[in-house]
Amino acid sequence: MTSSDQNGQDWAVDVRDLTVAYREKPVLWDVDLQVPDGVLMAIVGPNGAGKTTLIKAILELVPSAAGSVLIHGQTYQKDRSRIAYVPQRGSVDWDFPTNVLDVVTMGMYGSLGWFRRPGSKERERALKALAEVGMESFADRQISQLSGGQQQRVFLARALVQDADVFLMDEPFQGVDATTERAIVDLLRSLRKRGKTVIVVHHDLQTVPEYFDQVLLLNVRRIAAGPVEEVFTEDNLRATYGGRVAFVSAVLARRDD
Amino acid sequence: MDLLVDLFNDYTLRTVALGAALLGISSGALGGFALLRRQSLLGDAISHAALPGIALAFLLTGSKSPLVLVLGAGVVGWFGSVLIAALTRRTPITYDTSLGILLSVFFGFGLVLLTFIQRMPNANQAGLDSFLFGQAAALMQRDIMVIVGIGSVVLLITVLFWKEFKLISFDPDVAQTLGFPVRALEHLLTALLVAAIVIGLQTVGVVLMSAMIIAPAAAARQWTDRLGVMIVLAAIIGAVSGVGGAVSSSLVPNLPTGPIIVVVASIIVLISLLFALRRGFVFRKVREWKSGRALRVDAVLVDLYTLASQHETAGYPHSERVLNVMSTMSGTARRTLKLLETLELARPIDAERWALTSEGEERARRVIDRQFGGRS
Repeated sequence: MTSSDQNGQDWAVDVRDLTVAYREKPVLWDVDLQVPDGVLMAIVGPNGAGKTTLIKAILELVPSAAGSVLIHGQTYQKDRSRIAYVPQRGSVDWDFPTNVLDVVTMGMYGSLGWFRRPGSKERERALKALAEVGMESFADRQISQLSGGQQQRVFLARALVQDADVFLMDEPFQGVDATTERAIVDLLRSLRKRGKTVIVVHHDLQTVPEYFDQVLLLNVRRIAAGPVEEVFTEDNLRATYGGRVAFVSAVLARRDD
Repeated sequence: MDLLVDLFNDYTLRTVALGAALLGISSGALGGFALLRRQSLLGDAISHAALPGIALAFLLTGSKSPLVLVLGAGVVGWFGSVLIAALTRRTPITYDTSLGILLSVFFGFGLVLLTFIQRMPNANQAGLDSFLFGQAAALMQRDIMVIVGIGSVVLLITVLFWKEFKLISFDPDVAQTLGFPVRALEHLLTALLVAAIVIGLQTVGVVLMSAMIIAPAAAARQWTDRLGVMIVLAAIIGAVSGVGGAVSSSLVPNLPTGPIIVVVASIIVLISLLFALRRGFVFRKVREWKSGRALRVDAVLVDLYTLASQHETAGYPHSERVLNVMSTMSGTARRTLKLLETLELARPIDAERWALTSEGEERARRVIDRQFGGRS
């Protein structure tokens, strides 16, 4: 292992040399990433850069060809309950016959263990998580009747009930209304205050400096990672987004306003 | 009435009905999960793939004991489902194509074996071809015992793993991050589906068994938004179809069971598609029409109000033609005005002109508040 470990630094998430390939084509190449405790980190990069794959590889939802992942110094298999995953909204069928409370309760199925059914204690925790994302009045709502933003907040509530230390979120801001965006930002800050670590796949470059402490610029390889003010630079963005220079300048121009 | 009396008195009929009910319950319940996991057609492939299993079991053992045949069907049906998964995962062939390939190859092979068995010199083979379209009348007590035994186990496991099955059906990725062995649970669910299918083959037949998987689940989905209610409802519909088909085919000589069961199930599906309260076609149309009507009413009300607000009283009358011109949503205003009159929101002043009542004025103001956030 490298010297940073000997400094006594216990990373919340420590990714080394992670490589993932689909049918011989590398999607992630030799990615290193160290995320300290209690930060909000954005993962940005163009389409096909491997942002979602990185999250899924950390969670072992896709097999990695090489590399290692440690969560607070332990392998993921050893204690899955320390990570909560918020997948993309479109990854499930929202016409599934169930309601909001039930979906949030699913976040506790792992801690319930085999065969045990959720009871009133679980119900209370689910309602509390729903209140945290401003959805308490929707508990009995059929999930097919939710707007996109409400669906997203239900997913966040399901992650909250897991009592995890590390949250991995895949595009939570994708196509949500202003209310939901506000609610997510508030939630992220409250998680940071409680010492949680949150890694978010993010599309909107403009809001990166406002919402996040750290950023990973990714395009198959790691371009740069670290505190936003240090690594969210024009050069790094250019290196990440390649030829789309005009686009990058526009982002930075607006940022400097 | 006679039928009901028969059902309770006639031992054979009672046995057949019991078997058909239990196979309907298990295929309905497992079909519900298959439907939600978008695997309805997997049932079709598995039941067709089971045919060579039946033939091979007979060829290898020379026995027609139901347990032996069901075991053969189960093993080969399960093998078929594993092949489909492997084809989809390891080759560029898509899921629907691998279903189609497997179904036709296995079914064809089964027919070849069946023909071969038919030509064999010993007489023991008679009756195997009834597995094609099902023959409830030929069910014997030992067949029913197999159905009851396997069916109960299938249902018991489904109840035990309820929460896990729900989770992997809704969000398998998150299920895995919560520490559940998703792949194993999926295999278990598929194994239960295979079991639910093979116990129905003798009664319903391999050709139409998939209807017992798909139809009850599709009908049940129409009536409810709760998973538990849906699965129970699918089981009940499965039982009703199964019993209806099995009993009528036992009573009428040479009436094949499978097709009758499918007819009963299809009627239930049709009724559900049309008349289910929230998702049914008819009530959806009624709701659309009602909300369309409400929009038209509001549009004309607002028009009348806007016109009147240019005069001193809100009740100031205006011509129908003006209203026709004003709003594209009101279309021909006459029909809507008539409706407004019955609702006592507007009244005709003379042949041409209409005015708001005070109630209409009130509602128009509310509509405007709602639409423009109270800015007017």
